[in-house]
Amino acid sequence: MQFASYDSENFYDEMFEADGRPRPHAKLLLEIVESLSDGQLLRYKQAAERMLLQMGITFNVYGDSAGTERIFPFDLIPRIVPADDWDCIERGLKQRVHALNAFIDDIYHDQKILKDGVIPADVILSAASYRKQCQGLNPPYRVWCHVTGTDLVRNRDGKYYVLEDNLRVPSGVSYVLENRDVMKHIFPAVFEGLSVRPVTGYPGHLLEMLESIAPRQHDEPRVVLLTPGIYNSAYFEHSYLAQQMGVQLVEGRDLTVDGRGVFMRTTKGLERVDVIYRRIDDDFLDPLAFRADSLLGVPGLMAAYEAGKVALANAPGNGVADDKVIYAYVPEMIRYYEGADPILPNVPTYLCWRDSDRAYVLEHLAELVVKSANESGGYGMLVGPHSTREQQTDFAAKIRANPRNFIAQPTLALSRVPTIVGDHFEGRHVDLRPYVLCGKEIYVVPGGLTRVAMKKGSLVVNSSQGGGSKDTWVLGAEGGAQ
Amino acid sequence: MTGGTVSQPLLSRVADSVYWMARYIERAENVARVIGVNQKLMLDLPSGFSDQWQPIVDTTGDRAIFLERYPAASRENVLQFLAFDQDNLNSIRSCVTAARENARSVRETISSEMWEQINSLYLLMAGLEFRKVEEQLAQFCTQVRMACHLFQGITSVTLSHGEAWNFIRLGTMLERADKTTRILDVKYFILLPSVADVGTPYDDIQWSAVLKSVSGFEMYRKRHGRISPDRIVEFLLLDADFPRAVRYCLGQADQALHNITGAPNATYSCASERRSGLLRSELDYAQVDSIIQSGLHEFFDGLQSRMNTIDECIRGDFFALPVYASAAEG
Repeated sequence: MQFASYDSENFYDEMFEADGRPRPHAKLLLEIVESLSDGQLLRYKQAAERMLLQMGITFNVYGDSAGTERIFPFDLIPRIVPADDWDCIERGLKQRVHALNAFIDDIYHDQKILKDGVIPADVILSAASYRKQCQGLNPPYRVWCHVTGTDLVRNRDGKYYVLEDNLRVPSGVSYVLENRDVMKHIFPAVFEGLSVRPVTGYPGHLLEMLESIAPRQHDEPRVVLLTPGIYNSAYFEHSYLAQQMGVQLVEGRDLTVDGRGVFMRTTKGLERVDVIYRRIDDDFLDPLAFRADSLLGVPGLMAAYEAGKVALANAPGNGVADDKVIYAYVPEMIRYYEGADPILPNVPTYLCWRDSDRAYVLEHLAELVVKSANESGGYGMLVGPHSTREQQTDFAAKIRANPRNFIAQPTLALSRVPTIVGDHFEGRHVDLRPYVLCGKEIYVVPGGLTRVAMKKGSLVVNSSQGGGSKDTWVLGAEGGAQ
Repeated sequence: MTGGTVSQPLLSRVADSVYWMARYIERAENVARVIGVNQKLMLDLPSGFSDQWQPIVDTTGDRAIFLERYPAASRENVLQFLAFDQDNLNSIRSCVTAARENARSVRETISSEMWEQINSLYLLMAGLEFRKVEEQLAQFCTQVRMACHLFQGITSVTLSHGEAWNFIRLGTMLERADKTTRILDVKYFILLPSVADVGTPYDDIQWSAVLKSVSGFEMYRKRHGRISPDRIVEFLLLDADFPRAVRYCLGQADQALHNITGAPNATYSCASERRSGLLRSELDYAQVDSIIQSGLHEFFDGLQSRMNTIDECIRGDFFALPVYASAAEG
């Protein structure tokens, strides 16, 4: 398969310059791919898909009949991030996560940022994800976002922008690790001559961070990963991370709480649990504290957490900084808490609760991307240029009914990467989700999940909407090519 | 269970799941084994004998369910029911699906290799139906059996022989013992030809089939030589070394239980150990002649119901724990 007829169609292409020459960091890779014999790349692709199916790396689709599993589409052409790009991303993410933690801690204590008038108080206190129960709590190191999966996009100008901060229970990191595994297994030649930074350290760093927040200081704190169960769309990731860390994967029904702490039911009786890496939303965590109808959670868990008997990662209540309206204020937070300008800019955002912004949004629905403040996974979203009149009218009504719940952003021309389509390459839009761990220190795994909108022209990369992924290569500092 | 650092405790739910995962794999293997042997046996029958497929439905204990759903025990109906019927909880397909579902819920406990093997067996079954295997039934049965053996082998060499492994062993051995008694039971009371046939080549063929259905033909020959019903019963019930003999299986199950609790052999620390110890020692000292005299069928019935009791005790001792912490222990 050759790139000769490949056309970047005026988008920012991660592999090719505007004039069609390969970018320096992509040259070697492109040569290797072009040197393959006829049909070889497609055979690799089939082998990769077989491998993913055999390994059972599948996700469940909501709304499909129970238990339907699909493999996450995987494209063999990696996305490459040159060393200096990554350096900027890494510094920007550390700055941002540091500020977000300071913000959440402030909100649940003195609320200085509100008193100083930097952010309007009613924006915060009206957020569905603000939790009164968390007022005054002091998680270790004052860290509330232990695992963050920030979505970055590149616009036509080639600049990276933060699209959203996923602070609550971000998922996808297992695909980062598995994609690399599959690439190495199926297509090892492609790594030759390049120094691609390894991602395998992630589970080790995750475990270390989780152990460091244990409330009881002893040699081997017991860490567990709390999953909603096998029908959750991210179940594979939950079991994979538990396995890679060597910790128990528990469901709500495996845990029980009394005055002394949280315990798990084992064949030898009850065993104390110190740290819970929970992959269940706040709402479902504890029916006594949040939604009473939750069957997934553990009654009494919040009380044990508030009493300092157990640590939870991520900390309940941190979603207050993950609201899409509050997102618009993150640059202000960075200036306020860090005393510096943001290294990674936000995407310009219109807040529909502001009268002037709302008027503009309603006028320009056909050009903008509209999102609900509290949805994720590509649900509750309108992509203006790809929407019908009917959908726009429908959204306009929703916005008028509940302006606080909607934001809008210009439709970005997301950057593209060549992707195998049938028997040739076509450009497909991508984003990038790096993963940030925050305990005593902040660690960013060199790489991340590159999600691809597999449908021609589509800008929606979410797996629930037919998105796929690519291996993401961060090149070593020496520039990569040797 | 020797010194050093204490290994991670096993969640009750996980113990339950690995135990059932193992039972379902063993069950799927047994069904495939019985189908394969019956198929061969039918080819050896003298002309005039009609195909006998009903008895193998009986080995699974699902006669009533079968008769409810199918008009007659034809080859096609029985194979459909035993291998592919999703509504038959004991069909190969259902067992493999259930085993995989259990494995999926404990993927972090079992090894990746175990998961991949169980998953590939599942994918194999998902692509098959009766019509596709009708002509190559023997290959199909071999494929399923080998996939199950491979799973058991992978388990043995990739999973630490700690608590989870012992629960797997326990489930496998109880399931296997149960299936061996059923196979014997069926031969004795359903296939039993008229008195005139006893000792004829036809009878020998059937007894050989019984041995083959538990992969015991060659081992029996080495142990006892000539085909003799009493010796076969003795071999399949009371042999200490043959891996599908009931006594061997129950001995292994008992050992697995002691490995789990850490109680010394020949003592007990919970109800399941006591029940298992009783049954095990009974078989250790049993004599085949007196069993046959007092009635084989009754003996098998007793065995099955006592194994069910052990299963219930295991559930009570290890899988079901009180809901609140303070109610459990001080």
